[in-house]
Amino acid sequence: MRKAIKLPETEEGTVLFGVDPIIIKHHYEIDYIHSYAQDSPFFTGLTKKKLLGSRCTGCGYVYATPRGHCMECGTKTAWFELPLKGRIHTFTTCYFGGEAFLKETPFTLILVEFEGADTLFLSRLIGVAPGDARIGMGVKARFLRNCKFKPTDVYFVPA
Amino acid sequence: MRPVYMISGGITKFAKAHPDKDFRLMVKEAFDYAISDLPGLSREMIDGSVCSYFSDHFTRQLKAGAMVQDYIGLCPKPSKRVEGGGATGGLCFHSAWEAVASGRMEVCLAMGFETMSRVNTWKGNEFIAHASDTNFDYPVGGFYTGYYAMMVQRHMFEFGTTVVQMAKVAVKNHGNALHNPYAQSPGKLVIEDVRSSSMVATPLTTLDCCTMSDGAAVAILASEETTRKLCSRPVRITGIGCGTDAMRMADRPHGKVILLPHETEEDYRDLKYPGVHSFRGGRMAAKLAYGMAGITNPAKGLDFVELHDAYTSSEIQTYEDLGLCRYGEGGGFVDSGAPFMPNIDYGLDFKSGHWKSVPVNPSGGLLACGHPVGATGLMQAVFAFWQLQGTIGKHLRDATLQVANAKRGLIHSHAGTGTYITVTIMESAP
Repeated sequence: MRKAIKLPETEEGTVLFGVDPIIIKHHYEIDYIHSYAQDSPFFTGLTKKKLLGSRCTGCGYVYATPRGHCMECGTKTAWFELPLKGRIHTFTTCYFGGEAFLKETPFTLILVEFEGADTLFLSRLIGVAPGDARIGMGVKARFLRNCKFKPTDVYFVPA
Repeated sequence: MRPVYMISGGITKFAKAHPDKDFRLMVKEAFDYAISDLPGLSREMIDGSVCSYFSDHFTRQLKAGAMVQDYIGLCPKPSKRVEGGGATGGLCFHSAWEAVASGRMEVCLAMGFETMSRVNTWKGNEFIAHASDTNFDYPVGGFYTGYYAMMVQRHMFEFGTTVVQMAKVAVKNHGNALHNPYAQSPGKLVIEDVRSSSMVATPLTTLDCCTMSDGAAVAILASEETTRKLCSRPVRITGIGCGTDAMRMADRPHGKVILLPHETEEDYRDLKYPGVHSFRGGRMAAKLAYGMAGITNPAKGLDFVELHDAYTSSEIQTYEDLGLCRYGEGGGFVDSGAPFMPNIDYGLDFKSGHWKSVPVNPSGGLLACGHPVGATGLMQAVFAFWQLQGTIGKHLRDATLQVANAKRGLIHSHAGTGTYITVTIMESAP
């Protein structure tokens, strides 16, 4: 046996939480190459301060949150511009959340209803104290100046 | 299709964390319990399995089902994994039913688990929120309790449901769990405890929500011929149903109610349905299961219900979907005491109502038993099986939760904001 043949070792250790049973820290992270695919025009719209919904070219069903094909009849939909004013259909203020959003708590979520649309749109409500949001309250869209290509590029404030 | 029976079941204690057991060992424990509970049944008689677990993120192990299959000694027999969010366990049970009903297997094992303790609660919330549209929902809310809070705000607006009525559900389920040694968080609560616990998403407080858990459960299903040979107190699966709805809550339509046999269109003239206040998939699942089991009036035809109470609010919403009361009456149904165990003192005064007593979640449900996702729907099957056998006292070492003269029960498993929902009817078959 030649002593020189051995695996090189590092100084790195392992974070240990317990020994009976042995519990170690395992780190895991990943960057996805995520495509918005057929939903992409919606996010392009946000850069132009437009809220794009979709209308079924077959049955005429109107979606406030866009989709490429109609869930009622399966026909392809066409893009159209939603009004920038709507009403609160329902709401909540979150004091806890997923790890990615903990630092933003408390934040208020709303589902927005628009005149002429059959479905709703999920967004954040800004400028209303927790507890002051109400179903039926008028709201209007505002857009981030520096677009992040996320649905949070649009948010709502009291109309 | 052939008749299918449940002949045995087993569960582990549900707990915040079982660091001393991995998912394989938890399933093994539940499996060994089920095998030992039925003399004459052996591992060799099982023709195959279906494995139920929700999240590869939580498990940090892909193909975990294969590891369970080899650990409990079922290789090289057939197996597969079923996944459908919170309804994973219910869907797994249906898949095992299909294997026996079709004649493919004489005996099929449904086995489920989840180990949620391997990450912190806020990371777990993030994993679960990835079960919402990751283009339009996750980046905005990223939080399931937030979604359910918006649903119940609308239920309160439409029907006048109150946070006190919701709190009573928590009092009931945690109180029931005082008699269930498998439950994670039994407790004698008062309404004020629920309302003063920390706010999660208005109006839902910590005690309005279920917890994350580690746990496993198994159910063993068999054909009539095998059942007759092995089991003196089998339970027959007389109805199964499944329903679905759009992933995004924002897409829920405003149409007409799907009616059950005992309802008429007149009952819901002005109700826009399901909106975000009700679960259309739950109603669809119930309608199919009732049709198969020949149930025309669920409140009268069921002796108990084990339903997916991830939130106090969703228990109330689900009473209505299942037709235990009409849409809009869920809050009053709670106030009347109808879903409470008649033999337990909850410290609540009930108002007289016109509903028949149908104990809901006598086990303590998800709120008090815990919710190790892949095990949850099978845990309900096991508790329902013991109820219908009349063996609650033996298995829980306390007969308080035994529903008197239980002949027919319903279990209900629910995913997402109502995207996959299963309903199963089980009947004692002496």
